[in-house]
Amino acid sequence: MKIDSIINGIVIDHITAGSGMKLYGLLGLDELDCSVALIRNVASRKTGKKDIIKIDADIPVSFDVIGYVDPGITVNIIKDGVITEKKTIELPETLTNVIKCKNPRCITTVEQELDHVFKLVDRDTKTYRCIYCEAKAE
Amino acid sequence: MKSLIDILDLSVEEIDSLLDTALDIIANPKKYSEVCHGKKLATLFFEPSTRTRLSFEAAMMELGGNVIGFSEASSSSASKGESVADTAKVISCYADIIAMRHPKEGAPLVASMNASIPVINAGDGGHNHPTQTLADLLTIKREKGHFDGLTVGFCGDLKFGRTVHSLINALSRYTGIKFVLISPDELKLPGYVIRDVIEKNGLPYLETRSLEEVMPELDILYMTRVQGERFFSEEEYLRLRDSYILDTEKLKSAKEDLVIMHPLPRVNEISVSVDRDPRACYFKQVLNGKFVRMALILKLLTEAGTI
Ligand SMILES: [Zn+2]
Repeated sequence: MKIDSIINGIVIDHITAGSGMKLYGLLGLDELDCSVALIRNVASRKTGKKDIIKIDADIPVSFDVIGYVDPGITVNIIKDGVITEKKTIELPETLTNVIKCKNPRCITTVEQELDHVFKLVDRDTKTYRCIYCEAKAE
Repeated sequence: MKSLIDILDLSVEEIDSLLDTALDIIANPKKYSEVCHGKKLATLFFEPSTRTRLSFEAAMMELGGNVIGFSEASSSSASKGESVADTAKVISCYADIIAMRHPKEGAPLVASMNASIPVINAGDGGHNHPTQTLADLLTIKREKGHFDGLTVGFCGDLKFGRTVHSLINALSRYTGIKFVLISPDELKLPGYVIRDVIEKNGLPYLETRSLEEVMPELDILYMTRVQGERFFSEEEYLRLRDSYILDTEKLKSAKEDLVIMHPLPRVNEISVSVDRDPRACYFKQVLNGKFVRMALILKLLTEAGTI
């Protein structure tokens, strides 16, 4: 894959330098068959350095995961060689099965089938709480 | 479907109207004695709490309704590994409303997300117990007539006491409340409750180790149990314990219309001699708990269109 010339796919841009690898894992990109490029420490006018992920296929990605790991990222959807959609991702209101509740007294510890859902309670401090037991996300 | 999981699920207006209904039930019990005729409350108690269960069951019976349920997990399908979600779906086919107690935090919320009938949280571990808070609020309302401007003292274990956190949450929505927080350093009210609840609402508070010092100021004194296992050492516990026991001697400097409360059961933190004092309201709290549960069952069944 020529990393600059995606025909149909997704470019995740403006990732904080160093977070690319974490996002790569959380999005499950290691399990994809298509070509995926993680480019680290790219020179950026805004922040000095950034990471970029390019996925050479139009797969569904969880914007919630992206927003949680690194709010401020831009996601570009590319169709037939042109950017058809450009989204700046914000901190999501809810996180479903992105992080797990670690409170041993929480119902999610005994019922494995339950979704792990966290709600944003404070945007300034980026605080999420479990909807079941209200424990803070770490 | 409206349920009650957390006291903050209710707006101030909803709480005020629930308390008004409870007062009307107290004044005109006959008017309400058949309103739930033919309806069933399911008490699903995954851990035993006889006091709370009987309060719910008595409430439903006084509304003319019936009660089904179980009082511990071993006598339910949970012992065969059924999930809370499935239990809620199954019980929805038999009953009109659920009161659920569960040792795990958040279990009643899971039930409410899966039931097609209202769910009342009757205590989920150390997390929420909203009907206890409603009983506390009704007691204050009956004894004082209002909430605004009261000086409310909480004494004992303010760190782990869920009833304390929940009542502070509910009272913080009224104006002019002052909190006096009386506890040993080890059992102080958690910083997040002070920050996110008391300070956020701009209410004054005072933290102290001495009950005697603040006694003359208090309109309400809410006592809690100080448990030995919360302390690092036995000596420390024994040294501190006595200063958080309420007796007739300590009450000498208190206001004549002080309201003494306790979520019960007590061990020794209120001396039995205090029971004869007309300011002792902890057994009235129990009775108020039944009345406010009646009002709550009525509200939720009405909103669900069941009655
Ligand atoms: Zn949890």
